[in-house]
Amino acid sequence: MPREMMFAEGIAVAITEEMQRDANVVFYGQNMAMTDRDPFVRKFGKDRVRITPISETAELGIAVGAAMMGLRPIVELYMSEFMLVAFDEVINEAPRLRYMSGGQVKVPTVFKAGFGFAAGWAGQHSNCIYGPLMGIPGLKVAVPSNAADALGLMKSAIRDDNPVVYLHHYMLMLDKCPVSDGDYLVPFGVADIKRAGTDVTIVATAWMMKKSLAAAEMLAKEGISAEVIDPRTLSPLDTKTIIESVKKTGRLVLVDQAPKHASAAIVIAGEVAENGFKYLKAPVKMVTALDTSVPYSEPMESFVLPSEEKIMQAVKSVVAARVAAD
Amino acid sequence: MPNSSQLSRDRLIWMYTQMCRIREFEERVKRTFVEHPGVIRGHAHLADGAEASIVGCLATRQENDLVMPSYRCHGYPLVLGTPARALMSEIYQRKDGVCKGFGGSMHLADPTHHFPTASGIIGQGIAHAAGAAYAAQVKKTGQVVYSFFGDGSSKQGAFYETLNMAAVWKLPVVFILENNGYQAYTKIDLEDANAKAGDPLSQKAKAFSIPGVTVDGTDPLKVYDAVSTAVDRARAGDGPSLIESKFYRMSPHGNAITVPPVPTQFQEHESIEVYGNKAEFEAAKNNDPIKKFRAHLIAGGFFADPDAKKIEESVCAEMEDVVKFALASPLPSPADALNYVYA
Repeated sequence: MPREMMFAEGIAVAITEEMQRDANVVFYGQNMAMTDRDPFVRKFGKDRVRITPISETAELGIAVGAAMMGLRPIVELYMSEFMLVAFDEVINEAPRLRYMSGGQVKVPTVFKAGFGFAAGWAGQHSNCIYGPLMGIPGLKVAVPSNAADALGLMKSAIRDDNPVVYLHHYMLMLDKCPVSDGDYLVPFGVADIKRAGTDVTIVATAWMMKKSLAAAEMLAKEGISAEVIDPRTLSPLDTKTIIESVKKTGRLVLVDQAPKHASAAIVIAGEVAENGFKYLKAPVKMVTALDTSVPYSEPMESFVLPSEEKIMQAVKSVVAARVAAD
Repeated sequence: MPNSSQLSRDRLIWMYTQMCRIREFEERVKRTFVEHPGVIRGHAHLADGAEASIVGCLATRQENDLVMPSYRCHGYPLVLGTPARALMSEIYQRKDGVCKGFGGSMHLADPTHHFPTASGIIGQGIAHAAGAAYAAQVKKTGQVVYSFFGDGSSKQGAFYETLNMAAVWKLPVVFILENNGYQAYTKIDLEDANAKAGDPLSQKAKAFSIPGVTVDGTDPLKVYDAVSTAVDRARAGDGPSLIESKFYRMSPHGNAITVPPVPTQFQEHESIEVYGNKAEFEAAKNNDPIKKFRAHLIAGGFFADPDAKKIEESVCAEMEDVVKFALASPLPSPADALNYVYA
């Protein structure tokens, strides 16, 4: 029997189950585990569950060192932007130490952070920083779009022998969906077709998946059948499933909350241009954030970010378009 | 832990031998730039001058204790037992290198000899060392972690964040701040508030309410005693200490930065090259830790001059073989570069 679960609950269940399964999994961060009443402290004790000072470099660096010595640390970072003050550890330490040592060490750690908080958090707490992370060999990036994937991807992240940046979207934290019973894992590098369709392929992650599915429903009423794909992990990236879909639909709309040049969309567009160009009946269309910081005031924030309307317009434009040579 | 006056003759001679091995290894690295241009790429940082500090620290180790140095990392693995051939081969970009040619001089690693990795980014290895200590604490292994870093690292955020967290968590780690007087090319009193005020750098420990001591890093026995106290404290579960070990780096920061095909070599020490202070460098040479320890051992009757010469000759022969081996070792296959990206 599948369980109905909230996104946030999916993450907590995954961490709890993995900590029960493996004594090497530890979990720490700021403003957590503050008292003995904390549920994780109660279950797993103060060695494995800890509160930290506001010291992201030390938090992530300690995770890297502990991971090399056999622990599997999960660092709670709350906001992906807080990772930026410790980007050396994310980009230049965790993913590189194994390679530089000629394969002698491994760094199994999870950097967990919320992102994309489009609820008036303004310029420094609403961003999508996965784009640059996709270009770091040795690093993996998981971006779930529902509770089931949140749970399954977190479990896979904890069991992975490599550093994983696990990004959960704040606008999805209360959303519910059914989650399979038992030890439910979502493999990395396997995209999920969230909605089957024939006329156009939409690729999106996280909150943009929710918007894309809503747009696809409305498009269906207008007779346009959209296939909606969630890569679920941006690194590794399942380009095969995307190109297979484009082979079928001939049209591709990429939806991404990041500004275009820092988006996953632009990477996917490049992959499809290189490996799937012959299947395209229309130019690829990207629906991304505009090239601004995220503004505070609601009407400006909405204007800058992708919306269901913008997605629908983009789909209609590629469905209408015919490539000149066609 | 016993104090240094209780160290056996064999142990003292072992310490002298390791100091000579580090010095000769580094001399051979330096000579390679002249004798075999192009064999060493990028940037190499030498430990000559640090021998007494390195060996005095590592002589306090128990079998499974871990060592996490900075990018100036040739000396420690020599003492830990990594084959010198594998270290030189790595520096020579060879397949037989300890990291198979993936890391080079700045990123030596040999976990089988308790040396997990070295970070090339100043200060970051301090956090990794604390992480290894956290693992030891959670797994109750009884290990102590030796975190080595330069005086320059002590101005990095990683230093402050990590020492604070290590103190709060009472991690079994000893922080060894190797004060060699220069942050890369910059004289320390230009960039360190304590140094500028004429205070020891070990007083940074006060900010974290942990012990901080300054020790003469040119005397391996003084280093041994200071570090022993800190290791005992760490192993007892009482948390970290900061040791400032003061010595003089005998070579410049690294080989000169040149753009290929312009050959690179070690220039004169910054004291001369940058600051025009030959007297400072000559004074440091006269305070050479190896010469001093040799004289100390002869004066104490632990060995005689011919015994010392025999050790020195055998070390020279070892490093001669090491250079020959490393030069003869094959380069990696180009496509080996695709290995080890993911575990």
